[in-house]
Amino acid sequence: MVRVLVPSGALGLNYDKEALARGVAAKPDIIAIDGGSTDSGPSYLGRGVSKYARSSTKIEWAGLMEARAQAGCPLVIGTAGTCGADSAVDWMLDITREIAAEQGRPLKIAVLRSSQEPATIAQAYAAGKVTPLPNAPEIDADLIESCTNIVALAGVEQITKALDTGADIIIAGRTTDTAIIAALPLQKGCHPGGAWHGAKIGECGALCATNPQSGVILIDFDADGFTVTPLADGAQATPHTVSAHMLYENSDPYILYEPGGHLDVTGAAYTALDDRSVRVTGSKWVASDDYTVKLEGARGAGFQTVLMALIRDAHYVEHAERWAGDIVAKCSAKVIDRLGVDEDAFTIEIRIIGKTASFGGLETNHATPPEVGAIGIVTARTESLSQEIGKMLNPYLLHHPLTVEEEVPTFAFLFSPAEMPRGQTFEFALNHVLHLGDPMAAFSLELHDHA
Amino acid sequence: MPKIRDIVQKVRSKNAGPFWLTIDIFCGSEAAFQQLQTKLKTDAVARLYGADSQLLKRFDMADLNVVKISLPRPATQGAVDDRDMHGASWAALLAEMEL
Repeated sequence: MVRVLVPSGALGLNYDKEALARGVAAKPDIIAIDGGSTDSGPSYLGRGVSKYARSSTKIEWAGLMEARAQAGCPLVIGTAGTCGADSAVDWMLDITREIAAEQGRPLKIAVLRSSQEPATIAQAYAAGKVTPLPNAPEIDADLIESCTNIVALAGVEQITKALDTGADIIIAGRTTDTAIIAALPLQKGCHPGGAWHGAKIGECGALCATNPQSGVILIDFDADGFTVTPLADGAQATPHTVSAHMLYENSDPYILYEPGGHLDVTGAAYTALDDRSVRVTGSKWVASDDYTVKLEGARGAGFQTVLMALIRDAHYVEHAERWAGDIVAKCSAKVIDRLGVDEDAFTIEIRIIGKTASFGGLETNHATPPEVGAIGIVTARTESLSQEIGKMLNPYLLHHPLTVEEEVPTFAFLFSPAEMPRGQTFEFALNHVLHLGDPMAAFSLELHDHA
Repeated sequence: MPKIRDIVQKVRSKNAGPFWLTIDIFCGSEAAFQQLQTKLKTDAVARLYGADSQLLKRFDMADLNVVKISLPRPATQGAVDDRDMHGASWAALLAEMEL
C-alpha cells in the first residue's frame, strides 16, 4: 500500500494545520501538492511568474517542509510557481533554500525542469512531432518562436526519475495535476487505473469531499484501487462527492488523457467505507504506444490601458450600447487621423457592465438596470501607443453626448488619472502535444544538496 | 415556460483548460434529471453559446443526476476578446435558458 498526503489543491490556498498534523501522524509515504494551473490565465506563463504572494507561499511551504521532516518522507510540488516555467521553478527553489537555512536541516533537493526552447519546438513542429488537440489554434513556426514561455507537462515517468534520486524535496516545473500523486503508487506496483483515478480525485485536495476549503486529504493506493479520506473536522467523502469530482474542470467525465495513455473510469465503483472514507475500484488505465506530452505556450498580445466610468443618468443607461459604439467609432477615427497608425495597430473596446459585459451579443436578459459601468479597454502594439490612446479615450468616456443637440453630459470617473495601464497582455498560443521517443527528452533533472 | 434554474439544483461552469468550457447541470433528483434529459436540446445549447454543435459534447449521467456539456470556449481564456478568465459566469446563460 502507498499512502499519499495531499495538503490542499494548490500551494497558496492554505491548509488546515490540525488536519495536516493528523496526516503526518498517519505516516504518509509522500506529501504531494500542486503549485499551479492555467486557470488564472496566460499572463503568469507569459511572464514566467507565480500568481501567489511570495510571503504566503513561503509560510505554507515552510509548514509542509516541517511536516515532511516529521513524516520522514519526500515532499513533491508540481507546476511550481503557478506556471511551471524555469523562472518560476527558480523562484520556488530560492524560497526552499531560504526555509532550509532557517530550519537548519540538511536537504537533498531535486529540480525537474519543463521549459522548452521555442526554436526547438518550432523544429519539432516542422518535423511533424507537434500535433493539435481538439479546438487548437492555428500555429506556424513563427508563432511558436514568438512565445515568451513554452512548457511541456511532465507525467509520472519524469516524476519517477526525480523520486529515484532519493531527494527529500522535488520541485517540479509544469506537470499534469495527477502525475505528482500517481507516480509513487505506480512505482510501487499499485493498481494503475486506481493510481491515476485516485490522483485525479485527490489533485484538488478536499474539493472531492464536504467542507472543501479544509484542503487536507489522505489517499491509500493498493493492488485493486484506492481509498480517499478527508482529514479536517467535519469533512466527509461520500460516493457522490468523490464520483462527482470527475466532472470538475474536465471536458469528459469518464476519460482523462495523460502522458503515455488514458484513464477510463466508466466501470468505477464507489463504496462508502464509513461516514468519512470512500473506496474506489474498477477504474482502468489504457496504455498508448505513442508517448505524448501536452504543450502550453503564451505570447505577448499587445499592451493594455483600461478606463472606467459609471453611468447613473437613466437616459444614458438605457442607450449605453449605442453611446459606447459611437465613442469607439469616433475615437478610433481620431487615433488613425492624429497618430497616423494603421487600424490594426490597436483596438478600442467598451464593455457595458450591468448589461452585456459578461456575454456580449449572447446575452438573453435585456432588463435595464439603475446604473451601468463602462469599461474602456485599449490594446495596442506598444506601451506608449496604448497610453496615448487611453488619454484620447478619456474625454469621450467623461463627456460624450448621445446626440449633438443635447447638453454635454459628465459621467463619474472613479480615479484620477482615469487611465490604468495594465502593461503587456498575453495569450495562450498552443493546445498541442509533443511526441517523444524518450519521456525525458524534453525535461531535465538536477540535484542540489543543501548542507 | 420554466427556465433551467427553476427545475435544477445548480448549474456550474468552469474552464476545462484554456480552450474548452464545461458546464455541469446538477439536477438534484431523478425526476428533474429526466425532465431535463428529455427537454434540453443540444442544438439549442450550441446556439446559446454561439458554438458549433458538432464540437459540443454532452453526457447524460443518470447515476449522478447530472447533465454535463463541454464546448469550445466562446473566446480562448485570457485572449483580448475573452470576458471571463475562469469561465464561471457562463453558467448563468444556460441557467436562464427556457426549456
